[in-house]
Amino acid sequence: MTFLGTFALWTALLVGLWGAVVAFSGRWQWQPVLERSVTRSVYAVWFAVAVAAFALFRGLYAHDFNIEYVWAYTARNLPDVFIATAFWAGQKGSLLLWALVLTLFASLAQFLTPRRYAPLLPYVAGVTQAVAVFFIAVMLLAANPFERLPFTPLDGRGLNPQLQNPGMIIHPPLLYLGYISFTIPFAFAVAALLSRRLDTGWIFAIRKWSLVSWLFLSAGITVGMWWAYVELGWGGYWAWDPVENASLLPWLTMTAFLHSVMIQEKRGMLKRWNLTLVVATFLLTIFGTFLTRSGVIASVHSFTQSPVGWYFLGFLVIAGIFAYTLLHTRWPELAPEAELQSMLSREAAFLFNNLLLVGIAFSVLWGTMFPIISELVKGTKITVGPPFFNRVNVPLGLLLLALTGIGPLIAWRRASRANLRRQFTVPLAVGLLTFAASLVAGIRELYPLVTVTLAGFVGAAIVQEFGRGVRARMRMYGDSITTALARLVGRNRRRYGGYIVHVGILCYCVAFAGMAFRTDLEATLKPGDSISLASPFGHTWTFTHTGVSQYKDANRYVSAAALRLGREGKDMGLMTAEKRQHFTLEDGVEMKSFEASTEVGLRSDLREDVYVVFEGVVNGTEEAKYRFTINPLVWWVWFGGIVLVIGGLITMWPGGGGPVAPNRKVAATVAQPASAQPLEALRDA
Amino acid sequence: MKAGTRFLIGAGVIVAAVAWLMVQGVRETGVFYLTPTELATKVASDSTFYDLGIKVGGAKVVPGSVVRNEVSRQIDFQMSDGQQMYPVSYRGLVPDTFTDASDIEVIVEGHLGRDGVFHATEVLAKCGSRYEAAAEEEARRV
Repeated sequence: MTFLGTFALWTALLVGLWGAVVAFSGRWQWQPVLERSVTRSVYAVWFAVAVAAFALFRGLYAHDFNIEYVWAYTARNLPDVFIATAFWAGQKGSLLLWALVLTLFASLAQFLTPRRYAPLLPYVAGVTQAVAVFFIAVMLLAANPFERLPFTPLDGRGLNPQLQNPGMIIHPPLLYLGYISFTIPFAFAVAALLSRRLDTGWIFAIRKWSLVSWLFLSAGITVGMWWAYVELGWGGYWAWDPVENASLLPWLTMTAFLHSVMIQEKRGMLKRWNLTLVVATFLLTIFGTFLTRSGVIASVHSFTQSPVGWYFLGFLVIAGIFAYTLLHTRWPELAPEAELQSMLSREAAFLFNNLLLVGIAFSVLWGTMFPIISELVKGTKITVGPPFFNRVNVPLGLLLLALTGIGPLIAWRRASRANLRRQFTVPLAVGLLTFAASLVAGIRELYPLVTVTLAGFVGAAIVQEFGRGVRARMRMYGDSITTALARLVGRNRRRYGGYIVHVGILCYCVAFAGMAFRTDLEATLKPGDSISLASPFGHTWTFTHTGVSQYKDANRYVSAAALRLGREGKDMGLMTAEKRQHFTLEDGVEMKSFEASTEVGLRSDLREDVYVVFEGVVNGTEEAKYRFTINPLVWWVWFGGIVLVIGGLITMWPGGGGPVAPNRKVAATVAQPASAQPLEALRDA
Repeated sequence: MKAGTRFLIGAGVIVAAVAWLMVQGVRETGVFYLTPTELATKVASDSTFYDLGIKVGGAKVVPGSVVRNEVSRQIDFQMSDGQQMYPVSYRGLVPDTFTDASDIEVIVEGHLGRDGVFHATEVLAKCGSRYEAAAEEEARRV
């Protein structure tokens, strides 16, 4: 199997190299045979990488511990489901997964892209092949997953228990899918630049891809937050750790792009900016990989120093120079077709939205890199942590939240006084009412107060948009309210899907504000002892320690502490919190593997989470050490994630929707997909 | 005034605000990141480094030095980078990775008291080569 795997990787490398070289040589323009060869090489590389992936899976499932990777990440007593996790648990396997997904996406891009964009495809193939060649080369040179050991161990080292969690099965692949799929928009951008087809064609060709990418990344980040919350036991879901920041950076620039691209479609502005955002996002995905794998920044997550990181830095520099040169030489051809007409316009709102998103991205990058920057400039390492990121990003984030409400309400080009009055009266009034209500409810802290007020404003703005659309349909077509709503969303998927995404974002923001009110308490309790903790919602939780039980499970020993929960004297049931010690068998003897891990006790409802960490017992007795935390509104993060994914899926759903109708002549070689949308006309009326 | 110019002014305001927030943020929340040896050099030359918020990295727990008081949650241990050793005093929760074994790297945040004891407010731990795999998976998360 290892021979098959290595052989498949070499084949993929050579075929990929062929594809990239021929594509960039440009020779295919005169020889159709070469053109076919370039596009077909994409499928061939995918097939070869899939064979390699199959070989690794075989090795993992067969417990072939002679393969170093199998030994390092699995053990005989590892449950079968987690063998899949082991595939990407380590550096080498994750590179293989990366290559597999990249080549799959590259093939799909060749296969699914409509014929009218065909002239771009050989260039796209060239870029995706070049990136694939890089990943395969890194594997073959520095991290071959098929490396064998000089002897065959009886059992493997096992999988880190923190990764033995369902969230961990899907979190890394989701992030990878988000990262990797953005290679396709990047490839189209480069294709447009290389071929000088700089009209809106490439923008239309990548619309779905950039949404797919954004959606996977959003979902991946959210699942990662959930994993950190339930598995790491420190009580929160976001710590501004460099690894987390590395995933947030491309998300921010991608979000900026998804907004600014609408201005290019509609008004022919921001061409340079959009290309720059696409390039920057791609580079940030590579940068994130470099950051987390090289160990240049100390993080709780990334501790191993590995030479692979430096390959990524090299790739980053080359890709950066290449993209910069391309942009620079095409700069004059990217002049805007229109100018900003008024500050009171949707264009202006979008511009500020972009500026804020990029500003946030820059400050996150700066804070993450500050130890390196300060060492270079001042000679001393200075680090900044969560206080820095919160201080800078909370005000910027709130401004952005306000724009989430303003953007969809304000007219394109130039908003008239009448437009402003008609659109803003109700949302502003609702915002003020929310403000008053929060004051009455006793919220006095500035940022949570502003967040809730803005949430009221933005929420009302979205409801008003839906309400107007539904009413117009009911009037025009005599639809019932539900049919009107379904058709409204179905016929304008991009617009209303986008609004639903905004609702998801609102949920996140409110949940983040809730974390300002978290309270916690540490205590050591004997069986029968009770302790109370006041919730920010005014009631009191009581925790009664009932005892500790110890038992053995498939691959671990578990100490479980049991508690009885009470709220205001009312019994709320039992809860357990665990400490687990995993083991592997060596010659029939159980050996501790990894450190003990924590399994939190969690009781979640719409208002608050009761989060209990069992830290261990005192000197072998049943006296238990606990940390109790009340985390308000956490549920809304996960709910917001679901809403966001639903909204995103609606936006992406094939057919219907269509692009923002351009109200200018598109000087495009590419035909505009025709979509009859009676409501488009109503939108800005 | 043209809208473009107005936008540039608005953009300038935002950029300035971001820059100001960042500068203030670094000034007020930034902490020195030093190894024990660097910390010793700093305090020797400049006594203001006592009682200043500092993060110490590149140090390992001295095996066998960990003293835990289970009831008060007090944890005392020694950290060293091979040249300079500091006793650390900490009260609270430590991560699962913090043990008395050899090769446990720690990052400790807090301040160095004039008594020569590092008073930690936060202790992060990672394991060295023995469990490299464990740390490696983490790095793979992105």
